[in-house]
Amino acid sequence: MPDWIFGFIILIVKLGVVLLALLLLAAYLVWVERKFLARLQIRYGPNRAGKFGLLQPIADTIKMLIKEDIVPAAADRFIFLLAPAVVATTALMMFAVVPFGSHLTLWGRQVPLVITDLNVGLLYIFALSSLGVYGVAMGGWASNSKYSLLGGIRGAAQMISYELALGLSLVPIIMLADSFSIVDIVNAQANYPFIIVQPFAFVIFMISAMAESKRIPFDMPEAENELGAGYHTEYSGIRFGLFFLGEYVHLQVLGALVAVLFLGGWRGPILPPPVWLLIKMILVALIMIWVRGTLPRLRYDQLMALGWKVLIPLSLINIMVTGAILLI
Amino acid sequence: MTIYAIIFYILAATIVLTTGLAITRRNLVHAVVYLVFSFFGTAMMFYLFGAPLLAVLEVIIYAGAIMILFLFIIMMVKAVPDEEKLFPMRQWVPVALMGLVYLVIGAVIISAAPGSQVTLTIALARPEAFSEYLFQRHWLAIEIISLLLLVALVGALYLGRKKDTS
Repeated sequence: MPDWIFGFIILIVKLGVVLLALLLLAAYLVWVERKFLARLQIRYGPNRAGKFGLLQPIADTIKMLIKEDIVPAAADRFIFLLAPAVVATTALMMFAVVPFGSHLTLWGRQVPLVITDLNVGLLYIFALSSLGVYGVAMGGWASNSKYSLLGGIRGAAQMISYELALGLSLVPIIMLADSFSIVDIVNAQANYPFIIVQPFAFVIFMISAMAESKRIPFDMPEAENELGAGYHTEYSGIRFGLFFLGEYVHLQVLGALVAVLFLGGWRGPILPPPVWLLIKMILVALIMIWVRGTLPRLRYDQLMALGWKVLIPLSLINIMVTGAILLI
Repeated sequence: MTIYAIIFYILAATIVLTTGLAITRRNLVHAVVYLVFSFFGTAMMFYLFGAPLLAVLEVIIYAGAIMILFLFIIMMVKAVPDEEKLFPMRQWVPVALMGLVYLVIGAVIISAAPGSQVTLTIALARPEAFSEYLFQRHWLAIEIISLLLLVALVGALYLGRKKDTS
């Protein structure tokens, strides 16, 4: 078998497995979130479909698929239909550079356990994340409704503000690993995870990541009690489902990023590497759900002040201190 | 024709088409969307030429940051597009002039430049190599540009503050 055919087949298999795992995990993260949140609020959560409500995500998916897909008469059709796809696609594509193991040896050939090892992997994730903003902003605008427009504008403002803190908080990590490639960053953590030497960067990254994924306490774009559901108020059926999917895939990607950048990625004793990555991802997701169950929503000016006046200066100081220590 | 050449021509056609659509749309939001596609195509072109760092920077800065600010303003002002009016004559003249200049320059380059027949070899620039080149050869230009941006930033802040207090 020639090399390129082998490579192509392996690529397709890897893509399939990762896509399936991401979608399945997204569906069950919804279940975990509802169940865990319910317990935090002394409720039971979904418990009718199957044992412990385990079939609930499947039932929800089927419901969304067969529901009518309504486009409001005053909406801008082209952009209205495009926006949810942008959100879901950019979130799914981000996972392409996340390594889930070192490599396998199949029929005498080495197969790296990552879809693609870009030498600018980290920047690639930021690029896609900044494109994801369009889904939110255009979805809100195209719906042609006041609430959606407000949600879309808030979402865009919030995401571009926190993207700065998100990016700046990772500069020390790049300085320590000496590379943009996520595979190299995981390899640089062979001896100790970066959370030990970069606790500030970790905290800034976690807060910005929560803001970036628009979750409580940063869910101004979809603030239920004032905006209905914000930018996706007018969406129904599977297009709403795509927004939802994008949000939970984003949650997984951020969990995976925290795992590979701060917690040593797939490294860990006894268990196989992909399982370790999965454990760390779910741990981060659980912490985010816990925060959601604990904190109230921030006001808009508080949200902006936190991003621009606290997180960005802190991460700049962190970069300078790390640089000084690296030079000494 | 290699597969890279085919990809190149597809990308080039996409960029020209989306840019053309961007400057002819009446609906400003549609224009922005087409321009984003155009930037995305340019980024792919950079990647094809072996400059992944430039490709992602193009997406982050142009498609991600600058165009979202455009979109922001357009969403807030909600300009009503006037349907019938064509561009006035005085806008057509510079357009035609610049187009002619580009056409002549392009023709001269194609006919006169040595090495236009040579096929480029596949190369991949590491981010380190790119930044070394940039900061060792063009450090003065970078400093001047960053100073200029700082001045613009302070100016914007000053204008914003002035309105606030009065």
